[in-house]
Amino acid sequence: MQLFRSHVLVCGGTGCTSSNSEAIMSELNQNLVKNQLDSEVKVVQTGCFGLCEEGPIMVIYPEGTMYCRVDVKDVPEIVEEHLLKGRLVTRLLEASSQVQEDNQDIEQSSFFKKQLRVALRNCGRINPEEIDEYIAFDGYKALAKALSEMTPVEVIQTIKDSGLRGRGGGGFPTGTKWDFAAQQVNDEKYVCCNADEGDPGAFMDRSVLEGDPHSVIEAMTIAGYAIGATHGFVYVRAEYPIAVHRLQIAIDQAREYGLLGENILDTGFKFDLEIRLGAGAFVCGEETALMTSIEGKRGEPRVRPPFPAVKGLWQKPTILNNVETFANIPEILLKGSEWFASMGTEKSKGTKVFAVGGKINNTGLVEIPMGTTLREVIYEIGGGIPNGKKFKAAQTGGPSGGCIPASHIDTPIDYESLIELGAMMGSGGLIVMDEDTCMVDIAKFFLEFTVDESCGKCTPCRLGTRRMKDILEKITLGKGVMSDIDELETLARDIKASSLCALGQTAPNPVLSTLRYFRDEYEAHIRDKKCPAGSCKALLAYEIIEEKCKNCGLCLKNCPVSAITGNKKEKIPFVIDPTLCIKCGVCFEKCPVDAIKK
Amino acid sequence: MKTIAELEAIRQKTLKEVGMRTDNDSIRVVVGMATCGIAAGARPVMQAFLTETQKRDIHNVTVTATGCIGVCSLEPIVDIIDKDGTKVTYVNMTPEKVAKVVLEHLANGKVCSEYTLKENQ
Repeated sequence: MQLFRSHVLVCGGTGCTSSNSEAIMSELNQNLVKNQLDSEVKVVQTGCFGLCEEGPIMVIYPEGTMYCRVDVKDVPEIVEEHLLKGRLVTRLLEASSQVQEDNQDIEQSSFFKKQLRVALRNCGRINPEEIDEYIAFDGYKALAKALSEMTPVEVIQTIKDSGLRGRGGGGFPTGTKWDFAAQQVNDEKYVCCNADEGDPGAFMDRSVLEGDPHSVIEAMTIAGYAIGATHGFVYVRAEYPIAVHRLQIAIDQAREYGLLGENILDTGFKFDLEIRLGAGAFVCGEETALMTSIEGKRGEPRVRPPFPAVKGLWQKPTILNNVETFANIPEILLKGSEWFASMGTEKSKGTKVFAVGGKINNTGLVEIPMGTTLREVIYEIGGGIPNGKKFKAAQTGGPSGGCIPASHIDTPIDYESLIELGAMMGSGGLIVMDEDTCMVDIAKFFLEFTVDESCGKCTPCRLGTRRMKDILEKITLGKGVMSDIDELETLARDIKASSLCALGQTAPNPVLSTLRYFRDEYEAHIRDKKCPAGSCKALLAYEIIEEKCKNCGLCLKNCPVSAITGNKKEKIPFVIDPTLCIKCGVCFEKCPVDAIKK
Repeated sequence: MKTIAELEAIRQKTLKEVGMRTDNDSIRVVVGMATCGIAAGARPVMQAFLTETQKRDIHNVTVTATGCIGVCSLEPIVDIIDKDGTKVTYVNMTPEKVAKVVLEHLANGKVCSEYTLKENQ
């Protein structure tokens, strides 16, 4: 086996791939050959490092140097300077490590310091297409331990003791779920993985599948052993081509090594897996709809009970867990339930992965111990709000969740505290909003999403969400009346109470939560016909303040619809004609003396 | 089909290769690879470290490049930094000398004093 003195890891997650990391890899390989370094330095494609904002990311070991926003043009310099001559390419270093050049440990940068990577332990460390690299970092060791040293009851007890709860949003105790299925007597049982990640802005599960697909395969096999199933399905969105591709490679490699199939690890246990592609309907993330879709039928939910653990796929006992939940399982078996339970808060153990996006400097993927505060996530790991704006609220749980306002920024993040605030953990989407975000508009955005994604099977969800959306639209257009708020609340209550599945039951949450914390914004839209955040176009009016105006004419020059008149030489004051103005905001941005108000 | 023992063998073997990606407390071999070093023959010296350590199955060693140390007349210069941080600087290195340093210093923990900076100033 050839040993290399240095490994160059290039992110091959979806984010960095879309900013050309594949071209960077091929340029790297060419330059290594050119400098005769190809026998000393190895290029490795990995999964997501998490700092997507600064992608494409490259990490060079053994030093552990992280280069950010690498361009194909930078590659020859990195090869000649860093790899050949051992000199740092300082300008490409991650911002916080640029300050201390002597300390290149990426673990110590502000983005990584507060993180604790359990589910993401191998993302950005191994090549997901090489099963040997997964095995090197204790991969399939937990499966070997379960099959050779533990009974199924002991496996389930360990998971129960660890306190692991479902990471897909519901937060149901995983061990209890497995126990229900294990107690069923049946000739066939199934293990399903829910990789139908649908929340806008969420990409935790995609990153795990792209960066560490074997951890999910290993965990599902362990689950099969625990409940007595021999067959599993991974239900993954077709919109995740890289994840699907790598998962298939991983399944093939696991079969080749006999880690899937008959007589696994010579213990007599058999288990196999297959991938089912979802066509992207949000409702198929709901467990009963997901199973209906796997069966080849139209993905619609059904009434529970019976729960899947009793009657699931093809009426057989089935467990369904989310990708991130599974990714935690091997580590729990290896390190023990006490280790896992030592992280987090009283009722929420372990860590949680969040996809942080919106108005934040470090957009990306972070994994934090439960109980970390929102302030730490936003200001320390996330690097704060761009352009010095003020933090207003964060939306968790996507269209099913709610917002956490700035006044609760010091709340420790766990299942209970988020529910108490009217938000929810959800699958881990965390959208940060600043002072320019209109909360009515945000609620409208999520309602538009649920209206689109409602499967239509039950009336409260199909018609109720549309009515709510119509009212919100009316309010943002300045045509709302005060009784609209009451009607929103009545509708929300009824939809929550009478919808068939979680999609409808949670769809009103963004409205209820914004009403709870930002009722004054709703009232301002209705009563004063004003949007306090200055975001709802219909309620905006741009005006030039004559005393401040320096008659430079920049606004007139830039107005795309010639709605501004005035003349510099003849000293005719500049004014905006509101009948022509399309409220694009260009004049507001261009004015050098802030003479335009909205 | 792999057995549990075979799985462990794969783990051990691959870990030698990918172990550098985790926190490690290995001995660092740092080769001066600035223009002066390369001109004096630092490339074959570095390659010799790689092949010699591999030949002797020594795996707690990482080999890296660094810039100019300042005593260009004594290049190729190699620093060997132990786990406890003690540093030994070897000068005027050649692939032949590397073979001896790998055997004595890296494998047996004995400094080859005849090649050190101390003895050659």
